Amino acid sequence: MFGKLTWDAIPWSQPIPLVAGSVVVLIVLAVLAWVVLKGYLPYLWREWITSVDHKRIGVMYTLLGLVMLLRGFIDAIMMRSQQAIAFRAAGYLPPEHYDQIFSAHGTIMIFFAAMPIVIGLMNFAVPLQLGVRDVAFPTLNSTSLWLTATGALLVNISLVVGEFARTGWLVYPPLSELPYSPGVGVDYYLWALLISGVGTLMTGINFVTTILKIRAPGMSYLRMTIFCWTALAANLLIVAAFPVLTATLGMLALDRYLGFHFFTNEAGGNMMMFINLIWTWGHPEVYILVLPAFGIFSEVISTFSGKPLFNYRSMVAATMFICLVSYLVWMHHFFTMGAGADVNAFFGISTSIIAVGTGVKIYNWLFTMYGGRIRFTTPMLWSMGFLVTFVIGGMTGVLLAVPPADFVLHNSLFLVAHFHNVIIAGVIFAAFAGITYWFPKAFGFKLDEAWGKAAFWLTLLGFYVVFMPLYVAGLLGMTRRLQHYEVAAWRPWVLIAGFGIIIMMAAAACQVMQVVVSIRRREELRDATGDPWDGRSLEWATTSPPPPFNFAVLPNVRGAEAYWDMKQRAIEAQRLSPEPRYEPIEMPRNSPTGFITAFFSTLTGFALIWHIWWLVGVGIVAAYAVFVWFAWRDHVEYSIPAEEVARYDRERRRAREQWLAQHAGQPA
Amino acid sequence: MSATDTPFERAGDPYRVGHGRDRVSEGSPRARYVYATGHGEGGPASKRVIVGYGFWIFLLSDIVMFSAFFAAHAVLQTATAGGPSGRELFNVTSIVLQTAFLLISSFTCGLSAVATEVRNQLWTQVALLVTGLFGLGFLVLEGRDFADMVMQGAGPDRSAFLSSLFAVVGLHGLHVSAGLLWLGTMMAQVFVKGFRPDILRRLVCFNLFWHALDIIWVALFTVVYLIGLGR
Repeated sequence: MFGKLTWDAIPWSQPIPLVAGSVVVLIVLAVLAWVVLKGYLPYLWREWITSVDHKRIGVMYTLLGLVMLLRGFIDAIMMRSQQAIAFRAAGYLPPEHYDQIFSAHGTIMIFFAAMPIVIGLMNFAVPLQLGVRDVAFPTLNSTSLWLTATGALLVNISLVVGEFARTGWLVYPPLSELPYSPGVGVDYYLWALLISGVGTLMTGINFVTTILKIRAPGMSYLRMTIFCWTALAANLLIVAAFPVLTATLGMLALDRYLGFHFFTNEAGGNMMMFINLIWTWGHPEVYILVLPAFGIFSEVISTFSGKPLFNYRSMVAATMFICLVSYLVWMHHFFTMGAGADVNAFFGISTSIIAVGTGVKIYNWLFTMYGGRIRFTTPMLWSMGFLVTFVIGGMTGVLLAVPPADFVLHNSLFLVAHFHNVIIAGVIFAAFAGITYWFPKAFGFKLDEAWGKAAFWLTLLGFYVVFMPLYVAGLLGMTRRLQHYEVAAWRPWVLIAGFGIIIMMAAAACQVMQVVVSIRRREELRDATGDPWDGRSLEWATTSPPPPFNFAVLPNVRGAEAYWDMKQRAIEAQRLSPEPRYEPIEMPRNSPTGFITAFFSTLTGFALIWHIWWLVGVGIVAAYAVFVWFAWRDHVEYSIPAEEVARYDRERRRAREQWLAQHAGQPA
Repeated sequence: MSATDTPFERAGDPYRVGHGRDRVSEGSPRARYVYATGHGEGGPASKRVIVGYGFWIFLLSDIVMFSAFFAAHAVLQTATAGGPSGRELFNVTSIVLQTAFLLISSFTCGLSAVATEVRNQLWTQVALLVTGLFGLGFLVLEGRDFADMVMQGAGPDRSAFLSSLFAVVGLHGLHVSAGLLWLGTMMAQVFVKGFRPDILRRLVCFNLFWHALDIIWVALFTVVYLIGLGR
């Protein structure tokens, strides 16, 4: 009846996952109870869960990412503390548990923390910056969100029911094949990623279509913000890379479920093919994460330097260059495969060349700041911290791109330090910069600067204290994923890294405090004009938070910095542009399709993991039924009357006229 | 918005970026720029364009997924592990028939699009039905081939070659099955709701999908069967 699922699946004898799992379950139940008792459930259902508004979906994506970031951070704390005490000792985490933790840490951080935050920020900002009302396929967008949530949920279920993979975050065969990983850990990994991967692919399709086909009048390609350009590049990469991930994990699933021999030891299987295929996805994935991060930094640095971005066109060219070349470097993840000197030389050179594109960007950001009137706000601090730190990570990357050096440093903590250096400084700093930058747009009030700055400085310090020692330990020969070790020379560096994680914990506490304090002080921090940072792109042209339709009338774009131009024209003429003629606006209706699809996907995924075949059948039939039901509905849009649009826009114009009065007589 | 352009406005956009297609309106004594005339600058595209474009992107992503399976098959084609090779297993008559069925179904699918173009309910339905029947026939033949191979002890668990063969051919078959399910649903929708704009957009997408399956089959026929027979 329940396949492989029995009461033994719950780790009764292991206190750590049991207690952690129980606490999580209790928190979730408490939140649910609070929501139900306070009567918020109908509101949540109507305004958020079934919402197809790109801004709401963006906020939910980001929230999911932040929660999972915390989960992955707890894994990191456990690994650092284990290594700090496991010198010639067993430590407190048994090997089979420790192996699950480092696998879960990598999986969660990439797929369920970094990806949702990046996609969330794209969801929120891209349609606003393009000056339009929504993405190309709003209901599909909601489905993407909930399928990603399904993946995250499955990974978290593995904490209490069964186990997670013990194979590292990319489940290399043959270790991940059935004879060596007979448990459900790898299956949790496979189905969580296959399901959420479909969601990500649909996001990619949605955003490529949106950016290429839905822009405000006059918004030509070379007038889009750099964030839109990087979002376009990242989503092109998603469309071209995620199907490969799906195919590769699908093959591994066939091996494990139906006795296929793609990657097995026997019957002609070829495990190096898995490594090649997975990195064909894996390297573009790096740029799927970091290109939008570059976009966020471009927006932030330009805004807070009070200048247009230096050499916009070279920024576009560098972005598309990276987008293309990111496909030609995958083999640098396994130079030790033994492909021979010629192949290694090709990939070593292509890897070094990709640093040129990034170098162009670094100089452009520096020259944007040069001569500007820089305001040192929290997003700007994150961006400047990124510039310094990312350059270090980039240079160790070029070091690793040299095959002979890589043969020595492969699989060492030097590598671990390198990719944390680029991912934390690139993606996580960008995430916090972007969240602080667009928070007032999303919620109508700014985040508290004092706590935000404290969080920044502690994160920056904590980052250096954790990862610089790991570079040294790696050079001293310490390999990654060690549950315990015997070498005395590594000990001090591991201890310093362990101390650094305490600083990071303080930083995380500051982040939480920042949100709490900001919500309590929200009236003081209120953004009345919709343009709290003196911004340059179109998202600042509407109110904070924007209405469901974003813009009463689609803006007519006349220059590269659309909103900055509008403001300058208004100051010059000492009046706003004449009031437009308001028309009714058609908006897509809310739909529970995404949520219901994800519900049945969760059931199907869980059933596949535990071999509950009848439930698999139920899930698939139900998914088809939802699809038909969605296709059958007749009313897909609702209309917002012109009077309501006019009322909203006149209010916005009043706020802008006050702003204009304050800027009377200023030079344009 | 004013249609004229002043030096002040030009200052924000010195290269007249995105106005390559702006033209000086004819018959005017002074140079006069017209805004938002070119491709991609006239505001959001129509729904039909958006849906078709998005579906094309999906099809491209689907082809990328197939390419991973093709690559795996190319790597594993000779990894027979002492078991049978393609030359010993492939039923040429059946493969030729399958190809014919799929191509004919694509032709009738095109006929359905012609009938839709003139809003003819009956012929649209007939053409779609014939498309579906040939698709079904294709699946039956493919299923029979698979069953034959498994009976001979040449199932996907026999060797890596057979694993990749069953996977790549089976994935195409799975797509055809999903297409049939979609086709049935589409026929019901056309019958109940008529040629509404959203139904028409879906018919376009279905046509694209069905023809894309043909393209994949051409690759399958070449890489898996023709090259496989030569090994």
